[in-house]
Amino acid sequence: MAGNTEPLSPRSKLAVTAGRAAAAVSRAAGRGSGSVIGGKVALRLDPDLLARLAQHLDVVLVSATNGKTTTTRLIAEALRANGGVVSNALGANMPAGITSALAGGSDSQYAVIEVDEKYLAGVARDVTPKAIALLNLSRDQLDRAAETRMLAEHWREGLSSSKATIIANADDPLVVWAASSSPNVVWVAAGQEWKDDAWSCPSCGGVLQRPGDDWVCGDCGFRRPVPSWALHGDYVLDPHGSSWPIQLQLPGRANKANATTSAAVAASFGVAPQVALQRMYTVAAVAGRYDVVAYENRDIRLLLAKNPAGWLETFSLIDPPPAPVILAVNARGADGTDTSWLWDVDYSRLAGHPIRVIGDRRLDLAVRLEVAGVDFQVCGSAQEAVATCPPGRIEAIANYTAFQDLRRVVGN
Amino acid sequence: MADTNLRLVWVYPDLLSTYGDQGNALVVERRAQQRGLAVERIDVRSDQAIPTSADIYLIGGGEDRPQRLAAERLRRDGGLNRAVDNGAIIFSVCAGYQIMGHEFVNDLGEREAGLGLLDVTSGRGGAERCVGDVLGDIDSRLGLPQLTGFENHQGVTQLGPTAQPLARVRFGHGNGTGDGTEGAWNDTVFGTYMHGPVLARNPLIADLLIKFALDVNALPAVDDRWYEALRAERIAAATQPA
Repeated sequence: MAGNTEPLSPRSKLAVTAGRAAAAVSRAAGRGSGSVIGGKVALRLDPDLLARLAQHLDVVLVSATNGKTTTTRLIAEALRANGGVVSNALGANMPAGITSALAGGSDSQYAVIEVDEKYLAGVARDVTPKAIALLNLSRDQLDRAAETRMLAEHWREGLSSSKATIIANADDPLVVWAASSSPNVVWVAAGQEWKDDAWSCPSCGGVLQRPGDDWVCGDCGFRRPVPSWALHGDYVLDPHGSSWPIQLQLPGRANKANATTSAAVAASFGVAPQVALQRMYTVAAVAGRYDVVAYENRDIRLLLAKNPAGWLETFSLIDPPPAPVILAVNARGADGTDTSWLWDVDYSRLAGHPIRVIGDRRLDLAVRLEVAGVDFQVCGSAQEAVATCPPGRIEAIANYTAFQDLRRVVGN
Repeated sequence: MADTNLRLVWVYPDLLSTYGDQGNALVVERRAQQRGLAVERIDVRSDQAIPTSADIYLIGGGEDRPQRLAAERLRRDGGLNRAVDNGAIIFSVCAGYQIMGHEFVNDLGEREAGLGLLDVTSGRGGAERCVGDVLGDIDSRLGLPQLTGFENHQGVTQLGPTAQPLARVRFGHGNGTGDGTEGAWNDTVFGTYMHGPVLARNPLIADLLIKFALDVNALPAVDDRWYEALRAERIAAATQPA
């Protein structure tokens, strides 16, 4: 099934053309890549366009609270071993952005698509995916998003009738709950450092027991499924018991987990783990994330962390003290306007690092760090924060819009 | 711990810890330690018994189903009511606040009994959630500066005759009754819709809880520079239209 061999209907063609025109206008006006506005225009002209664009592609969907952009990129690289891939690589992950990405893939074999958690069930219905990768679910932007367990319930209902192979994290009870209604699941032991959204059994509400890496509900017996793939240290264990070394340019345990899931997805399309993993090594940064940027005689590593689980994984990958750390937090629309999540993050883990605090909500961070008992310095700007650090590596951790601000300052 | 001066219980973090509720425990703990107190903090999961002899109990916000489960388990346990009989102080937030009252509406749309520790009754409001910064004047008998907080709830809480409003809002919704009240208190039991780290924005409420627990009128001063800066910023933000 290679490429879009059947022509689109005249209506769909018109929709794609109108979408491209709108995107071009948006770009010319300096308002971003135009993929979202282009997709919106196209979908308005042809509401079934997403389904039609997808019907000639082998579609993989990727959803999660954290890691979906990176994993989408890793899977795309792996599948390129077999054929052309179209992907929403820049993270435009709602239906309009997805439509726009697919419209650019007329001669591709695969579509690897990141999907916003809230839209997964709908997109999965529209595009008839071959595979769906589910990484993790945790609290994120609670002032506007659905409650985390409700999201898992929504996934569960939406996926129960899907014919796709679900590749799901056995270590996240909410993901297991969401995936276990599907007939065809490949379980991956990908780990999940953050546990505070899943102490309560998603099935019956009992208290989960968590001996070691295992988990089981003491009341109803809902438990961790036996995984067929696993991340084990720096290796992927495949279902045949072979282990493959993970070599990535991307840092951290979370990205090894993303690579493990990606290897399992690639295998379901016949790409061998060693081939998939070799190709993943080529990924150095994803939409600016993990990039190390030379700026004012320093090497600034740009790390995006949007919610407590993301911050926790990020703390575990930064260089040890005395590496300075810049923390940047905003609370604009795209970040969520509620900063209470700062109190779910264990900032005492940064003890020993020189800490600089910037962003619209630096005073919230200042109080948080004061209560955590770690030293910090509040700065008025990124430039000022960098100037107070000695030459060398700086770890900069920022939430969504703060990350974009930082990229602009350091010229990334 | 023989030399403990303050025993602090965080009730059911497995169910009611959605909006940074740990922050309230961290702030009380930190401010007590800064006054030279030895603090024992006990996090009690919902499959464990509530200790009845601690000084301060904190209970946070949560999603609808965990709220029902927490109410069921707290009623069955009975420890929180016994603790209040022993003179304990309770500071409750959002879903936890509703559980302190006579009843609330649970995730199944049914009326669910609370613990009856506050003379309040809660229901659901309209489709619109109350989300945003809040500014209010705290009951003058408590001798505290203005209340600043963030609310994110759909609840409506009516106060009965023996409950006092914790504050009157200038900006924001509070109890959602339209009468400008926010939260409730009676003797040693407090409730508020200001979720998550309301004590981080209002450290003098944390100090009040500690003073009640120690039965003292004053505490040594601590450096409140960053709290004051945050308060000033958020009070200004609450008065701006979004």
